[in-house]
Amino acid sequence: MANMAQAVRMALHYGEKHLGVSDIFGEDVGAPLGGVFTCTQGLKTTWNSPLDERGIIGAAIGLALAGQKAVAEIQFCDYIFNTIDLLKLAGNNNWASNGQYPLNITVMTPAGAGIHGSLYHSHSFDAWASRLAGWKVVMPSTPRDAYGLMLAAIEEPNPVLVMIPKALMRVKGEELIPGEPSDEKELKERIDAPLGEARKGWEPRWPELEFVPTPIGKARIVREGRAATVVTYGRHVFIAEKVANMLAAEGLGDVEVIDLRTIYPYDWAAISQSIQKTGRVLFLNEDTEITNFGEHLLRRTIEEHYYQLRARPRLLAGAHVPGIGLAPPLEEASVPQEHDVERELRALLSELT
Amino acid sequence: MSDTSRIPAQPFKDKNFSLSYHRHMTRARALEERLIKMMRSGDGYFWIGGPGEEAFAVALGLQVRKGEGPAFDYLHLHYRSNPVVLTMGAAMIDFIRQMKSTATDPFSGGRNFVAHICKREWNIVPVTSTIETQFAVAPGTAMAQRRARLKGLPHGVTVVIGGDAGTAEGDFATGLIWATRPGFELPMLFIATNNKYGISTPAETQHGEKNIADRARAFGMPAQVVDGNSPEKIWSALETAFDTIRSTGKPYFLEVMVSRLHGHSSSSGAARTLDEPCCIDLFEKKLLKSGWISEEEIESVKQLAHQEAQEAHERVKTEPYPEGSTFQDHSFAGGVRGGVPGRDF
Repeated sequence: MANMAQAVRMALHYGEKHLGVSDIFGEDVGAPLGGVFTCTQGLKTTWNSPLDERGIIGAAIGLALAGQKAVAEIQFCDYIFNTIDLLKLAGNNNWASNGQYPLNITVMTPAGAGIHGSLYHSHSFDAWASRLAGWKVVMPSTPRDAYGLMLAAIEEPNPVLVMIPKALMRVKGEELIPGEPSDEKELKERIDAPLGEARKGWEPRWPELEFVPTPIGKARIVREGRAATVVTYGRHVFIAEKVANMLAAEGLGDVEVIDLRTIYPYDWAAISQSIQKTGRVLFLNEDTEITNFGEHLLRRTIEEHYYQLRARPRLLAGAHVPGIGLAPPLEEASVPQEHDVERELRALLSELT
Repeated sequence: MSDTSRIPAQPFKDKNFSLSYHRHMTRARALEERLIKMMRSGDGYFWIGGPGEEAFAVALGLQVRKGEGPAFDYLHLHYRSNPVVLTMGAAMIDFIRQMKSTATDPFSGGRNFVAHICKREWNIVPVTSTIETQFAVAPGTAMAQRRARLKGLPHGVTVVIGGDAGTAEGDFATGLIWATRPGFELPMLFIATNNKYGISTPAETQHGEKNIADRARAFGMPAQVVDGNSPEKIWSALETAFDTIRSTGKPYFLEVMVSRLHGHSSSSGAARTLDEPCCIDLFEKKLLKSGWISEEEIESVKQLAHQEAQEAHERVKTEPYPEGSTFQDHSFAGGVRGGVPGRDF
């Protein structure tokens, strides 16, 4: 099965071959490296930009203004912060022009902790991104969704931010992407650039892929249940699923796990239906907890489902600290770990109504 | 397309062209004066604009190739560019509509300040209040034009304008870097209008470089410092710049020395400054000397322009604001209205 980096690469190939993608660019995105996570190896329209994140977002806006279809990469979301007012401009361009200039832009960026990334390779951006009105914001947790959400982003007439969990880049999927060879080795041979001298003159042999977008704004029920709801995205989908399986095996009931997939416009219908069913909800993500996106969902839960709740709703998020330390105990203390999720879910399930 | 083909080879030796140039300048000034009047009488919340820049702005407005798409020039303007767009042929009333934030404002539908122009049919991308961000965005449209050029398709030039103070922002450097990547040079005209102030702060107290143009020269870009109060000089500088870019596909830089005749904006009162030269006065003296116009004729050109502005204002007074219920429209293209999912859409 493809890993997430390969899935993104295949989506970009599909985009430049069939969907009119004109430019895939960013720092080290072009040959010979093809991206620090290899997401852009072997593609036709890639190019290396100056080391200038503001220039990258600015150029993406300009290309879109001129009717080009650009996919820009910010190498790590840790370095997207100095582009915030350009992201705001991209978000308000269509609104400010009263509909004259919609911008078809895809920005992709690796996000989150979990790779021993220290202060500046561990940032999350979902809470910040949720405030960028005019953007659609997605975060896949599986290679299949990475493929589908990239296709949807490329086709979307608005700016879309695709946050790819850093920790999941090399994780293989459990579902074949339509058109993907079933033999992993074959896929690797066909689309992973060889190392060293062999890379010179190398050409990928792309599989015949299909257009199967993952709709923006639609959550995925990862695991059904009636005992409680976990609403999460990115790498915490797997942590929540694992803990839910463990608790079910103990006979504590089935926890429903929702992979939101889209931060904006989020699938309130899916969240709402699940909460009405379970009456117990945990919002889970790794961005810092003060003014966290999960807090917004908590607010809506309280405002709209207060009388249906059987236990107090909860948010488990990253600690409000200036940075994530390199030493493993520091990182583990800063972002939600499996044992934190377990503790919260046990408490949620055992709270008497 | 622009009507530059109808412009005489030596335009300022041509009486009709010179008189028409004077009318453009006068109309642009009358518009700005009307906008300031509107602000003072409560028919607008804020004024900012370009009185004092008309000699330069009219030249740019006449030389630009207007149209939609990479085949034409892209304009990344700033908030002193009303005179450019008026000269290009926009209706005077449309600026007045934006001043009064009426629903009929064609640039932003009553959403943005005056002089925040957007006109897709002429490649005028949205003017932003954020200073200098246009220098980070402009290389993108120029890349599309470079691409058209390489394919042998019709291609325009990307024009980007900002003031002198804004060149302190990093985005100015971004523009220079991205326009001059070796082998990927972009067809861009960089213009820094230098009025020697950032709101109240004199440039000489903040900038050690002798000329802004020197910074462009460091990137191998041809660059000129031009007297923006002289129609002849700025006309010819722009002509050289456009010709060079159109023939080489590479960027060019103009630092245009201009006057700022009503201060920064309404935030500083917008009172008329008397210690800076006025390009219209200077041009009128020349026209009078050449005998192509009389004092009375100048007065009548002015009266006509002011009358046009006043009539437009009267009409706009009757036009409504946008409905409050439309505030979320165009948050997104393609159907999603914006706001809170499950509540607003």
